[in-house]
Amino acid sequence: MSSPVETYDGLRMRGLTKSYGRFTAVRELDLDVPQGAFFALLGPSGCGKTTTLRMVAGLETPTAGTISLGSAEITHTKPYRRPVNTVFQNYALFPHLDIGENVAFGLRRRKQSDVRRKVEEMLELVELGPQAKKKPAQLSGGQQQRVALARALINEPEVLLLDEPLGALDLKLRRSMQIEIKRIQTEVGLTFVHVTHDQEEAMTMADTVAVMNGGLIEQLGSPAELYENPRSTFVANFLGQSNLIAGKVVGRAADVVRVDMEGITVTVPAGRAHADGDRAWVGIRPEKVLIGEAGAALDAPGNTVPGGVVTDVSFIGVSTQYLVRMPWGQELQVFAQNTGRDPIYRTGQQVELSWRPEYAFLLDHDQDVRAGAEDEDA
Amino acid sequence: MNPALRWLREHLVLLLGLGVLAYTFIPIAVVVLMSFNDPATRNVYRFDGFTLDNWLNPCEDPAMCEALGLSLRVGLSSTLVATVIGTLAAFALVRWDFFGRSTSNLVIFLPMAAPEIVLGSSLLALFVQAGFAGQLGFWTIFIAHVMFCLSFVVVTVRSRLAGMDDNLEQAAQDLYATPAQTFWRVTFPLVLPGILGAALLSFSLSFDDFIITNLNSGNDTTFPMYVWSVARVGVPMQVNVVGTLMLVISLVIVLGGELNHRRRMRSVRG
Repeated sequence: MSSPVETYDGLRMRGLTKSYGRFTAVRELDLDVPQGAFFALLGPSGCGKTTTLRMVAGLETPTAGTISLGSAEITHTKPYRRPVNTVFQNYALFPHLDIGENVAFGLRRRKQSDVRRKVEEMLELVELGPQAKKKPAQLSGGQQQRVALARALINEPEVLLLDEPLGALDLKLRRSMQIEIKRIQTEVGLTFVHVTHDQEEAMTMADTVAVMNGGLIEQLGSPAELYENPRSTFVANFLGQSNLIAGKVVGRAADVVRVDMEGITVTVPAGRAHADGDRAWVGIRPEKVLIGEAGAALDAPGNTVPGGVVTDVSFIGVSTQYLVRMPWGQELQVFAQNTGRDPIYRTGQQVELSWRPEYAFLLDHDQDVRAGAEDEDA
Repeated sequence: MNPALRWLREHLVLLLGLGVLAYTFIPIAVVVLMSFNDPATRNVYRFDGFTLDNWLNPCEDPAMCEALGLSLRVGLSSTLVATVIGTLAAFALVRWDFFGRSTSNLVIFLPMAAPEIVLGSSLLALFVQAGFAGQLGFWTIFIAHVMFCLSFVVVTVRSRLAGMDDNLEQAAQDLYATPAQTFWRVTFPLVLPGILGAALLSFSLSFDDFIITNLNSGNDTTFPMYVWSVARVGVPMQVNVVGTLMLVISLVIVLGGELNHRRRMRSVRG
């Protein structure tokens, strides 16, 4: 975390903790969300992401820690006094009010002028102009979602919180709403904090992603940083897929770490090595692994691993996905782009694998190698 | 298959449905018909001829109108009080976790489950013990009616409240509504249909009650007591007028609600 700055214009959490009896949902969370950012809290269900969001909204009281927005501390401010609005997971539209009145609700409570015009403009923005007189129950799921978004956005909050806003929509609609919400965020320039368990959604929409697990933040960064240089097995597995191979650190130089991986020495750049001890996991993404016939000279200088046998081939058009059994018994995943240049290997064929050292990463051996892997559902 | 049998098979559900409707509505139809009866003999239960006299002179027997007046006053006042107290109790039972909540939830059912004759006689014993012996009348009837209407109000409003999504109240707070505004703008409008239903139920329970009322009314006579007392010598035809009016009023309430709902739906589509 960056050192505390006197004036910070974004949303800041310090030591934020929420316990329910013995269970701790959020543990000493330190988090800075810069103003105007599209920030995602990503993690499996039960990781504390929704609790964090609800504390920012004021719907849960923190057990310890502080939340501040700009120069104002809002840790214990009532929810109706915070310049923060929420798009609820099930939308929570008022069933007895029509769409226009749902959207106008926040403005009317604060006795704002020109409500009718603002509501019209907001409904235009979410393309629901003609539906203003309908009741929520008469709209489709996607339309209700947009009403929920409009109802929160019209208040021009300093922070807009989105709690799994697309969870109830089907896949196709979800994709188009992701683009739509991103467009609206760029247009209005407000800070969005988006909670989701869908890694693809987080990576598509957010410019900064915080990966949460067990009430803690595992890693924070841009989608590309998290994907290319994960710091924990959880992040490596939860965002996309990773091959993690046990190894022993045999040498550390200024810029590179040498690792003995089942008798083969591979190198990992020092900036991508996140292991202190002797034992470590060597990580490599399946699409970074090159596959070739045994003895062929692959165009990746550096880490070459011979002696593989293809055990499974699935051709999916844009790429071919291989499972390759290594001499030490582990099966590695390889995604080969369908460029038409390389042949498609058959099951049982002898192959060798290789990757550029700069794509590999090194993780601490104390972690569960399967952490985060079983939560893939999107 | 025999065509008649097949026809019967295809229409059996419809026929049964019509049968049930007839079973329900024939007695009501008789009440409406008898309100226009012009009895020629002392047997008032036979339709002898059509007349509007009963409708034009509803208070031919002033005792009936007096009894009706008492029933309406008791019904409206006990409904009002039972609805207010019962609604507050329902909110407490659903929203607040207090000592004895689950016991209260159970005990509130007792007046509905206990036989009326038991409730009525124990109430009478209570009133006499408390020194009301010579003053039984409107107030004792009122207290008794509030007592048994309360359980029905609590149960009705409670189920409506329990079925409400509490995210809605959080959403209202998130949208700058103070607790009071949240209650009046969101909670109350959503629970209102349940409260109105409870009020209607209370009124008809109160208007209808005979057993408990009979035991606790002293010298006063409510409408059901009046009908009971004159039944042996033949009820006046105006009793049917009152019955028909009650039917018309409830029909207007139900149809009015339905029409209002449809009109709103149409204006939305148009």
